[in-house]
Amino acid sequence: MQRTEALINLVEVIAIRKLVKDYGNLRAVDGIDLSIQKGEVYAFLGPNGAGKTTTVEILEGLRPRTSGEVEVLGLDPWKDNKKLIRQLGVIPQDFKFFDKITPKEAVAFYAGLFGKRADADAILKKVRLEDKASDRYETLSGGQKQKMGLALALVNEPAVLFLDEPTTGLDPQARRSIWEVIRSLRSEGRTVFLTTHYLEEAQLLADRVAIINHGKIVATGSPEDIIREHGRSEVLSLQAPPKLADYLRSKLDLPVRAEDHTVDVELNSNEDVLRVLTLVQQSGIPWTGVSTRQDTLEDVFIRLVGKTTESGDVGPTALGGSK
Amino acid sequence: MSPRRVYLNLGVFAKGYLRSRVGLFFALVFPVILILLFGAIFSNSSTTSVDVYVQNLDHNSPLSLQFLEALNSTKVVHLHFVSPSVGNLSKWLAANDQSDGLVIPAGFAAGYFNKTPVNLTVITNPQDATTSGIVYGAVDGVANYFNLQRANGTVILNVQQLSPPTLGGQSFQYIDYLVPGLIGFSVLTSPMFSMVNISSEYKKEKLFRQLSLTPLTKSEWLSSTIIWYIILTLVSTVIMVAVGQGAFGAKVTLSPLMLPFLVLGPILFTSLGLLAGSISKDPETAAVIGNIITFPMMFLSGTFFPVSLFPPWLVTVAHVLPLFYVIDGLNAAMLYGNVGTALFDMAVVGILALILFIASVRVFQWREN
Repeated sequence: MQRTEALINLVEVIAIRKLVKDYGNLRAVDGIDLSIQKGEVYAFLGPNGAGKTTTVEILEGLRPRTSGEVEVLGLDPWKDNKKLIRQLGVIPQDFKFFDKITPKEAVAFYAGLFGKRADADAILKKVRLEDKASDRYETLSGGQKQKMGLALALVNEPAVLFLDEPTTGLDPQARRSIWEVIRSLRSEGRTVFLTTHYLEEAQLLADRVAIINHGKIVATGSPEDIIREHGRSEVLSLQAPPKLADYLRSKLDLPVRAEDHTVDVELNSNEDVLRVLTLVQQSGIPWTGVSTRQDTLEDVFIRLVGKTTESGDVGPTALGGSK
Repeated sequence: MSPRRVYLNLGVFAKGYLRSRVGLFFALVFPVILILLFGAIFSNSSTTSVDVYVQNLDHNSPLSLQFLEALNSTKVVHLHFVSPSVGNLSKWLAANDQSDGLVIPAGFAAGYFNKTPVNLTVITNPQDATTSGIVYGAVDGVANYFNLQRANGTVILNVQQLSPPTLGGQSFQYIDYLVPGLIGFSVLTSPMFSMVNISSEYKKEKLFRQLSLTPLTKSEWLSSTIIWYIILTLVSTVIMVAVGQGAFGAKVTLSPLMLPFLVLGPILFTSLGLLAGSISKDPETAAVIGNIITFPMMFLSGTFFPVSLFPPWLVTVAHVLPLFYVIDGLNAAMLYGNVGTALFDMAVVGILALILFIASVRVFQWREN
């Protein structure tokens, strides 16, 4: 939060106003507005087919838009593409490269194309790929390939990075090392536009989040703000039979739900905890466990879009770390 | 266009190619295997025989018959006789779907014995350098022999060609045609098969999109790719000529006239391969389209056998195939030194290369619309 507040009044590097993209009769992006400031890590979330990748590709200059205004670093991504890409770093979804080329050769190739004097070893060390610098792309693991993509995205020292699902399919260790790179990019003042279907990743890394569904933005703000605005109150969960829920409903004016031998009570205040536990004790109904929890970004996401992000996969359990 | 970026992409493309043994095998080793294989099979075979239609206007004088017998004994031509009553031989050949003829003029014997110049007219197809060379070479060779006999080399029998090649006078073995043919094969197959595969695979794997996120342009990418295939073609040509000459004594020469074909050919077929890959929805369809384009061209353009041996209708088919003009031009440059034919073929290949280069740059997508 402190960081988000510090961003106020900083330079707007990505501006989208009333962006529309149609594919024939299908409206993939339906009049969205976004404003992203310099130095932000901005997570763009949405289920499959929501319009995420189309939006990102329009911002990268890979696709023309149907209507609306789009500016990245003050440039039109489609018309000023060649000027803009010199300031962008991009990892496309499912990054691929030439099979027979090594990461070190690839970095040198990109550096040459961008006219930069890049220290290939230093860049590969930054993404923790120095041990595989001379191995061909075809022999790298999925995580190592993504790291190579990240290394290439860093070659031209970009002001803005578009990372389209950079950790999809990676093991926890590889995912964490990419998170570290994203954090270091933020500390260097670079702007990161991140799409991910790991909601806890977005919650951990992003200063601000936008959730898109059916081509429209349904929520935007810091993860905390979105949870506060769209999430439910704190919930007290008891491992107990459904009849406890009936008993509590008769005694309390708080929402009570029962599901799969779990009874959830939404709390309005800390005092409610004591009231509920006292009533549970008085009921004489046996219970085996108690805990409290608050909605996560994932809970809010599911509530807002009505489904999970990727075939029921809502990402790994929280892996810790800090922004 | 930035030469530096072209050079950088050429480096990466070449590394990828050289590290893929399959590509290298088909570009450099496979044509050599074909030369060794076909050369070994046909090295003891007779020279190629071409049908020649003779109109003897000298009333079958003994000398004219002697001349034709000598011509027949070269075994590079197979003579058929046409009656003087049919009139103009050129028209008769055209009407009968034939291309090669010889007119023995009236007064042939008298002129020869009086040592007054006599013009022998050879009629050939200007677009078929192979046949032209054989027919002209055979008639000219026999005429020289007769001149030597009668006038110690002073020209009495003068061979005129209606579509004359500059030089000739040699009879050629199968291997002589095979070397230019297989150079043409290499000019076709390496860029075509690779580009069909690369363009469809790059599209599927979104590698073009990846490259479009760098300052590299699609013209730079295509140019560096073409340069690579030109280099590969030049190396492959030197190897094939060396093997053809070394192993089978092929009478081919490395002429500067070859160079335009070794440059324009890869431009043409790289562009055609890119075009075929670009219009295909997936690599499987691309492979089918590539094969449909490549295989007929490979066998009907004079790669393995001179087009002059084909039936007339197949010769017509060969003339619409771009590879025919590459091989015909290489034959003209490497075997006959026939500048006129080489320049004509060069113009055809150059125009096709330009059209296909422009079309492929326009059709293939760097970014998505």
